[in-house]
Amino acid sequence: MSIWLDKNSKVLVQGITGREGLFHTQRMLAYGTQIVGGTSPGKGGTKIESGQPVFNTVRDAVAATGATVSIIFVPPSAAADALYEAHDAQIELAVCITEGIPAHDMLRVVATTAGMRIIGPNCPGLVSPGRALVGIMPGQIFKEGRIGMISRSGTLTYEIVDGLSKAGLGQSTCVGVGGDPIIGTTFVDCLKAFANDPETDAIVVCGEIGGSDEEDAADFIRQHLPNKPAVAFIGGRSAPKGKRLGHAGAIISGNSGTPESKLAAFQAAGVPVADRPSDIPGLLKTRLATLIAS
Amino acid sequence: MEFQGKELFRRAGIPTPRGQLAKTPDEVAAFVTANPGSWVLKSQVLMGGRGKAGGIKFADNPGDARKLATELIGKVLKNEQNPDGEEVKALLIEEKVDIASEAYVSITIDRAVKEPVAIVSAKGGMDVEEVAATDPGALSQLWIDPAIGFQPFEGRLLAFSANLPEGYRKTFPAILGALYSLFMDYGAQLVEINPLVLTKDGRVIASDAKVELDDNGLYKHPELADWKNDTPKDEDQAAALAIGLGMSNYAKLDGDIGVIANGAGLGMGTMDAIRTAGGSAANFLDIGGGAQAELVKKSYQLVTGDPKVKALFINIFGGITRGDQVAKGIVEALSGNDIRKVPLVIRLTGTNEKEGREILAAAGMNPVETMDEGAKRAVELAASGGA
Repeated sequence: MSIWLDKNSKVLVQGITGREGLFHTQRMLAYGTQIVGGTSPGKGGTKIESGQPVFNTVRDAVAATGATVSIIFVPPSAAADALYEAHDAQIELAVCITEGIPAHDMLRVVATTAGMRIIGPNCPGLVSPGRALVGIMPGQIFKEGRIGMISRSGTLTYEIVDGLSKAGLGQSTCVGVGGDPIIGTTFVDCLKAFANDPETDAIVVCGEIGGSDEEDAADFIRQHLPNKPAVAFIGGRSAPKGKRLGHAGAIISGNSGTPESKLAAFQAAGVPVADRPSDIPGLLKTRLATLIAS
Repeated sequence: MEFQGKELFRRAGIPTPRGQLAKTPDEVAAFVTANPGSWVLKSQVLMGGRGKAGGIKFADNPGDARKLATELIGKVLKNEQNPDGEEVKALLIEEKVDIASEAYVSITIDRAVKEPVAIVSAKGGMDVEEVAATDPGALSQLWIDPAIGFQPFEGRLLAFSANLPEGYRKTFPAILGALYSLFMDYGAQLVEINPLVLTKDGRVIASDAKVELDDNGLYKHPELADWKNDTPKDEDQAAALAIGLGMSNYAKLDGDIGVIANGAGLGMGTMDAIRTAGGSAANFLDIGGGAQAELVKKSYQLVTGDPKVKALFINIFGGITRGDQVAKGIVEALSGNDIRKVPLVIRLTGTNEKEGREILAAAGMNPVETMDEGAKRAVELAASGGA
């Protein structure tokens, strides 16, 4: 098992004929993801070069293909609409790659789309190695295994995953939750799913400065995950206060979102925080060995 | 600024003091001549704490008004939080109200709950962070479900729980409702009234107005084009824009090792790695996803243009970004005569790594294998004075 995605997941691409949509459709197909079609209003009835059918609406696409997962590559002004359309067509999991969606659009979407899990927006997607990749991550770095990974960043995730894979620690599912202030699925939502996944033995939390997701994750681990060892990393520990470094969420203001607060929360939960991404596999192996020994 | 916020308040139906924006002492004097009475001259700046910095004055006649306006316009206001200060370019002339009581009201986004949160306090006119630190019980909070929208009972709940004086109670729910509509309709990250004044004659008026809008939502309000935050606030942002990066993709820091990475997370991670290796980053620079050779070249020039940079670490983990494009950009940057050459450490892995390494090898460069190794080398090179 893995969380939210498996070999049988049927995936739609909303915005499949756009430059990004088309490019990543090919990469996901190459990984082995079952892309069953996509939408592009006005181009219904056609096919993209690799043979997947194009539909005018998500309702049409779901009726014809039975898709339950959708990945969204549309501009920011159309993204909330695309999420509502996915929800209307009873999509169960919507992965929104789009960057730059107004936060208030997401406030309304999140409040009104119960029953549909949203990953992102402004995220690299998720992958259950060997099963399916729904996102823009480079598939070659992942390896099948039993480590659950959650992250707020893209490239830093690749750095850490690459290290895990090379150390023989494959992954059950890796979720990039996204860098925006309002996201559909938080670290805690991911941890709840990993808690119930018998094929996830341990967890890596790749956080960064800003917000309180790491503190919440630490708290959840302390209370609910005594049997799944976790290791954390916090990006941006050397960043100065008040400077916005790339991600909208990664800004330290006042005393909230500081690395010190995040470190303290993980320490209180007994979760070691790695100083370097390269220290994570070692810390994880030690934690796993301790668990087996006890 | 305040006058812009108040314009939005008036559109939303929130009562504000009578007033007028003025940019010269002549305009101020003319206004007070035409409207005899007591007036407040308020400096229009973005920084907080302008009152303590001497940015608010009172005038009862045209002569005083002109004299005070001459002092204020062009003055640079400074305080502890804003040591660099901010120049006053305009004044808001407002009616002086007789204050019976001052309250605090704001709405912002609670990221963790994913809902707007309203905060109300009977301690208005003070720095809210200070109230939060010294008397947290004085702040009442309520989360508003965006699926339902604001309801008047929520205004009553907050007015009672914050112990607002009785004079507020009748109008407060409508004012908070109007503030919520403004918050949602205009996509604000923060709306704040501090203070919301109860006057001695029983009116409730927003004496100050603070509205911070989300740039991502501004396309919905073309009439607010001048709110857009696309004018760089400092040299770093201007430099980033000039070479085609996002405004927040480049920031100068205090150290001496230049950093170029793809992705904000890896950029921060690279800074951290340099610190762990005993050095200190001179900047943060994220070339973004899918960068082409030209952008890599310009980024190289930007980073090495900072004279304190003694060594440069380029750290690329290619997802969408292709290693060959990065390598091409580096080689092109180094082939120019107009650049300052500093000791360079390159780490290049991920998509099109092999092609990238071939391009670098042909130019006599050998990338390191890992981020740790790269950080260590960069620190050594910077320490040896870049020799």
